[in-house]
Amino acid sequence: MADAAAHDGHDHKPYRGWVRWVYSTNHKDIGTLYLIFAIMAGIIGGALSVAIRMELQEPGIQIFSGLAQMVYGMNGDAAIDGGKSMYNAFATAHALIMIFFMVMPALIGGFANWMVPIMIGAPDMAFPRMNNISFWLLPPAFILLLTSMFMPSAPGAYGVGGGWTLYPPLSTSGQPGPAMDLAILSIHIAGASSILGAINFITTIFNMRAPGMTLHKMPLFAWSVLVTAFLLLLSLPVLAGGITMLLTDRNFGTTFFAPDGGGDPILFQHLFWFFGHPEVYILILPGFGIISHIVSTFSRKPVFGYLGMAYAMVAIGAVGFIVWAHHMYTTGLSLDTQRYFVFATMVIAVPTGVKIFSWIATMWGGSISFKPPMLWALGFIFLFTIGGVTGVQLANAGLDRSLHDTYFVIAHFHYVLSLGAVFAIFAGWYYWFPKMTGYMYSPVIANTHFWVMFVGVNLIFFPQHFLGLAGMPRRTIDYPDAFHGWNMVSSYGSYIAAVGVAIFLYGVFEAFQKKRIAGANPWGEGATTLEWQLPSPPPFHQWEQLPKIK
Amino acid sequence: MRKFLASTGAAATFLASGSAFADQPRAWETGFQAPATDMMRQIEWFGNYTMWFIIPITVLVLFLLLYCVVKFRASANPVPSKTSHNTLIEVIWTVGPVVILLCLAIPSFQLLTAQYTPPEEAKLTVKATGNQWNWDYEYQTDNTLTFNSAILQEGDRAKAGKEDRSIYPRLLAVDNELVVPVNTMTRVLVTATDVIHSFAMPSFGIKIDAIPGRTNETWFKAEKEGLYYGQCSQLCGKDHAFMPIAIRVVSDAQFKTWLAAAKTDLPGANKTLMAQVDGQNKVAAAGN
Repeated sequence: MADAAAHDGHDHKPYRGWVRWVYSTNHKDIGTLYLIFAIMAGIIGGALSVAIRMELQEPGIQIFSGLAQMVYGMNGDAAIDGGKSMYNAFATAHALIMIFFMVMPALIGGFANWMVPIMIGAPDMAFPRMNNISFWLLPPAFILLLTSMFMPSAPGAYGVGGGWTLYPPLSTSGQPGPAMDLAILSIHIAGASSILGAINFITTIFNMRAPGMTLHKMPLFAWSVLVTAFLLLLSLPVLAGGITMLLTDRNFGTTFFAPDGGGDPILFQHLFWFFGHPEVYILILPGFGIISHIVSTFSRKPVFGYLGMAYAMVAIGAVGFIVWAHHMYTTGLSLDTQRYFVFATMVIAVPTGVKIFSWIATMWGGSISFKPPMLWALGFIFLFTIGGVTGVQLANAGLDRSLHDTYFVIAHFHYVLSLGAVFAIFAGWYYWFPKMTGYMYSPVIANTHFWVMFVGVNLIFFPQHFLGLAGMPRRTIDYPDAFHGWNMVSSYGSYIAAVGVAIFLYGVFEAFQKKRIAGANPWGEGATTLEWQLPSPPPFHQWEQLPKIK
Repeated sequence: MRKFLASTGAAATFLASGSAFADQPRAWETGFQAPATDMMRQIEWFGNYTMWFIIPITVLVLFLLLYCVVKFRASANPVPSKTSHNTLIEVIWTVGPVVILLCLAIPSFQLLTAQYTPPEEAKLTVKATGNQWNWDYEYQTDNTLTFNSAILQEGDRAKAGKEDRSIYPRLLAVDNELVVPVNTMTRVLVTATDVIHSFAMPSFGIKIDAIPGRTNETWFKAEKEGLYYGQCSQLCGKDHAFMPIAIRVVSDAQFKTWLAAAKTDLPGANKTLMAQVDGQNKVAAAGN
């Protein structure tokens, strides 16, 4: 304490200008960088998806042949072929961007960087310089991925068109050009960034909690980030190994995944999904934490069943590592293997159910005010439930036989990610925006944003359940004419959601323009976590006097 | 249980199949394509069975949310309760889902087991090999029959006699269909030469990946004559959307005639078969 007092005299002011951001070791500045990065990546990834939906609005090939002509300078039949490949490249890039450059940077890099140290009463992250490199690895990774879209892949094609799952041989002998190498490198770098971030969060949360803040008193968002960080730390190295083998198969003549050299294409799928399945929990778990705080704050009640909520996340994280092959029911796994993965996958529904019911129980008997963050949280709970129950259906290998690789799967994972994780991001944004900037946004704009988005995304994804049941395969640029109707509805939904994004951006602009002062705690007595005890925005360095937790 | 399962499934199909022969996707469809095998009937039954759990769960969550919104809004309930624990209810909402999952798991495991337990020996074995972007079919009979099956080019419709787009839809019709006899246990061996593809036939309830370097196996026993369509179901590159799978199920006699003729003259055999089948359809339509 004496040391802290001695420091009171000289204030640690931020550097001026670009130096403050590029050299930053301050968790709040780095968090802000992450959020800006995520918004930009989200706009690009969203634009790709709108292009996909525009193409799929009508049967036949409409816009991608023209796009290939414009971007790659192709003509005639080459433009049609180039367009087909470009569609695959767009679908691949949309997934990779949304996962690695939008949701993860927003939730983990952005909100967790900003709020975890404050919430646990720490002055900063444990390794501030590592925090800096974690962020600054992302822009080069993103540039590599964007560059790959303009590089040759298969003959007559540009951009990685193998899907984000990168299954060989399509990602090895199927696309010999440099596009795939750039994408692999991009994922490598983004993965390294996430591993460093994960180490930082684990160390911070284990060692830098304020006096009296035991793990069992720690806010649920910090819990969610702790579990997420472990998932990252354990799963990403497996992905790194897998894509390194892809790289050597492609460039150095190894045959890890090539059957003609004794390798096995299915081995890659095991490695990929050993990462890929925990990855989807990485995307959603921080959202769980955010939703818990918001529901509690606006119900003016403590979280119901706090320990159950924390350990449900631990359980989801742990079981998430032993269910990967439910993505591979149609690869020819043996009957016993499929039985096991059906069973293990169904188990996850139990802790997930605990979370849903605990959120409702937190609201039960509360005094609920419907501010924008609460609206988004309510939307999250309902839409995530829909995505959850279709997940239970897909868990059954027997039923998945018909649904695998159809639009039903697309509908399912967008309900949990696009309508789940993204709604959690917006909920967090409207919850913490006044804290991070000091300004209050217009609640009217925020509510409009919610309703437009809610209608839009449901129109996009609900009809895709029907398309999937009727047998429409995913990742196709064109479809039999019978699928036209629901595809048209889905595309209109996508335009509505795009309007929603525009409203969001206007709302941000408006808040900075109007500069309504938010105050330290705009949400009232329900907001009990430590960040609401600080002024808005918080000082450059907080908790120079460590808070004491009762 | 299985008998109950099958009979309920049969009843459901009977109710669902109001329209004529439903063997390809239909506009504004909201469910599975009509089953043409007992296996698909079981899958459809199980799919409908899960609905009896997931729809009430979703409605319950929605109802509870709306109840909270109305009953516990700040204006209606200004003083919040301080309750944050209730062991009994926490046990209930942990055990409840476990019981529901058990109710799902039992028929689910039966279905899965049934898919890997063919009821009889296969009478016909066909090998399907995926290529970028077409299929090779090999009939493993005395005197192997091998031919390639690719998407029907729009320009070839007239020559192939496949102008009727309701029977030969765009993107689903192929030049040479896989022909199999009705009510015959058929084994399909599936592999690929270049990248991974997937052999899928929605109305048969089968989908199995075609993977270079290994041979996967699936089976079906089609119960109704007709022309059935599926599509490659694993991203395989540029023309992934353009490698349909078409299976023509015909009578045993028609199959034998076709097979014998096809070994020397495939286009001729297909033409003859089409003429026979179209004739039957016209009679059936007149009888309606």
